[in-house]
Amino acid sequence: MSEERAPRLHVPEPELRPGDDPDFSHVEIPRAGAVRRPDPGENPEEMRDLAFSIIRVLNRNGEAVGPWAGSLSDQEMLEGLRHMMTLRAYDARMMTAQRQGKTSFYMQHLGEEAISCSFQKALRKGDMNFPTYRQAGLLIASGYPLVKMMCQVYSNEGDPVRGRQLPVFYSSREHGFFSISGNLATQFVQAVGWAMAAAIKGEHKLSAAWIGDGSTAESDFHGALVFASTYKPPVILNIVNNQWAISTFQGIARGGAGTFAARGHGFGLPALRVDGNDYLAVHAAAQWAVERARRDLGPTLIEYVTYRAAGHSTSDDPAAYRPKEEGNAWPLGDPILRLKTHLIGKGLWSEERHVQAEAEVMDMVIAAQKEAEAIGTLHSGKRPSPRDMFEDVYAEMPPHLVRQRHEVGY
Amino acid sequence: MARMTMIEAIRDAHAVAMERDPDVVVMGEDVGYFGGVFRCTAGLQKTFGVERCFDTPISELGIVGTAVGMAAYGLKPCVEIQFADYMYPAYDQIVSEAARLRYRSAGEFTCPMVVRMPTGGGIFGAQTHSQSPEALFTHVAGLKTVVPSNPQDAKGLLLAAIADPDPVIFLEPKRLYNGPFDGHFDRPSKSWSKHELGEVNPGYYEVPLGKAKVLREGAAVTLITYGTMVHVALAAVEESGVDVEVIDLRTLLPLDLETLVASVNKTGRCIILHEATMTSGYGAEITSLIQAECFYALEAPLLRVAGWDTPYPHAQEWDYFPGPARVKRAIATVMEA
Ligand SMILES: Cc1ncc(C[n+]2csc(CCOP(=O)(O)OP(=O)(O)O)c2C)c(N)n1
Repeated sequence: MSEERAPRLHVPEPELRPGDDPDFSHVEIPRAGAVRRPDPGENPEEMRDLAFSIIRVLNRNGEAVGPWAGSLSDQEMLEGLRHMMTLRAYDARMMTAQRQGKTSFYMQHLGEEAISCSFQKALRKGDMNFPTYRQAGLLIASGYPLVKMMCQVYSNEGDPVRGRQLPVFYSSREHGFFSISGNLATQFVQAVGWAMAAAIKGEHKLSAAWIGDGSTAESDFHGALVFASTYKPPVILNIVNNQWAISTFQGIARGGAGTFAARGHGFGLPALRVDGNDYLAVHAAAQWAVERARRDLGPTLIEYVTYRAAGHSTSDDPAAYRPKEEGNAWPLGDPILRLKTHLIGKGLWSEERHVQAEAEVMDMVIAAQKEAEAIGTLHSGKRPSPRDMFEDVYAEMPPHLVRQRHEVGY
Repeated sequence: MARMTMIEAIRDAHAVAMERDPDVVVMGEDVGYFGGVFRCTAGLQKTFGVERCFDTPISELGIVGTAVGMAAYGLKPCVEIQFADYMYPAYDQIVSEAARLRYRSAGEFTCPMVVRMPTGGGIFGAQTHSQSPEALFTHVAGLKTVVPSNPQDAKGLLLAAIADPDPVIFLEPKRLYNGPFDGHFDRPSKSWSKHELGEVNPGYYEVPLGKAKVLREGAAVTLITYGTMVHVALAAVEESGVDVEVIDLRTLLPLDLETLVASVNKTGRCIILHEATMTSGYGAEITSLIQAECFYALEAPLLRVAGWDTPYPHAQEWDYFPGPARVKRAIATVMEA
């Protein structure tokens, strides 16, 4: 036996901190088209390699290549570009609105637009997402009205959740968007339960669970994997690895080894790792997982590799914990630019049309914002009544709440 | 004396404790390099190294569960839960493990640790960044529960909590983090702009656990409160024109019942004010104790002023938050009785 040594606590550290030059050369990015596409029915044991590479479709020149290409029509890609542009414009306006004091808080998607916008297009009506706070693209891509989203952000009279929830905590059963909890990870396991219910009732529906890299450390995540692997219901377990959990780099949740996708292996789940900044790759992977669910082949775990280009929320300043230019150095590029380049290459789009579309999208978002603000913002205009505060605590208001409501004067 | 915000006082308490005792270890989400989302631990990692102040995975269960093991080993972990609203995954470790270790092992293993967490509303945090869960802790045998209302107390109470041989739940009213509060939540600009700092003693000192503080002497009514509501109480009393005695509990468990009883025996009237939901809240405990101890001195029924029995809403914070108006009404009611 070699000599004993006192143990030392190993605390993982990111390679770079403010003041360092951004460098992602250690991040291994496979060539687009390089990763194989097994049949969705293949034995999960035989596709473990897919958790360690990155499925990519769009190459440097914006061409769609390899076995995962071709899951979308031209029209669908053009629509996808518009969804991502809408989400970006929406974010920009809501960020400014927060800075102007029109709401208390906002969380944006900058750099992550492809994931939620593209995933949604693989679903159909009746499927249910269990999102966290950075998947507003699911709503946008499903045609949810922007005005309603903004009313939620402003907590005004038009807010469908009556001013109860933090801004961006949307809810829409109709649009397959489960009400968001502020408690991280709690909904990952609920999504599994929803899919179990579909299986128990024998209905052709599936659910999609969403979680961030940091939140995979919560036990709810592990509980979800246990139940998913035990009962094999039609659920897609999505991990958005955007490298950062507030100030904490992804290595803290992941530990020293493996990938987040590889977490699925201990549970016998097929696991994919996908380029989250590639609209086409996200869609292809989602469609593959959806096919597994629809053929009753069980759950799939997907890790989207991306980068949170902006702050965690309006309360965060990322310059305090990571190099300022790190976002620009991110090797997977900007999802909007990449799809745009692809569409231009195919002759479906042009720089001029893009500029024009940007203006159109912004006009549409501003028009929606005006409409929402005409109703009210957090501190002005029409707000939900204090009476609303007492509704929906129970199906029927018990006497003690009626008394308290009267005390407030309603 | 130095002038500090509560955040700075808490940071100072950490630094003083870590300097003094090499067994004090600080961990939690974002507490290391960044110093916590509220910056209560800023600079500690730089000063004391990565093995004494470090970032954890987002796993409250992991944070508290490992802290129990570390405390049982002989360290003094002082851990941060980012918001009290997020302690539920850790609740089993707090209640079933930390609180009971000494009891179930007949003192063979103990759990000297501190779990710090920001509580309360007033920052538009909606239902998941605004809760006041103190009753969930005071209901558990084996825990001590502390809620400071100013920087000087925050530092002294935290140092006492770290020195304590048992697990202490340390609830920090986040509305007071950056300065006192004039009690008028419905006037946000005014209350936010008033960022006066508190006087804080330098170096090591303890504010003993289990000792309430009479903030204002009075003969007509006793107003018992803690945390953010201390400032609401003072504002209401000032405006009411009634001679109210205001008591800041500082520690909810163990409770300084003696100070409360002496006061109510003197005034004959008592109001309990807290921000947490009324039903089965901590106010119910005080009400019961006071009526048992002071029954013959009471000239009016005991009244509670508290948060409504609903989750904390985002848009209607100012309607939810018990403000000076409601406290003044309660004072008038007990004076009429
Ligand atoms: C149970 C719980 N603990 C802590 C928090 C506070 N919190 C909110 S977001 C966040 C970071 C989440 O990071 P990640 O899961 O990587 O998602 P990202 O923000 O990067 O999209 C933390 C710690 C919370 N909301 N819930």
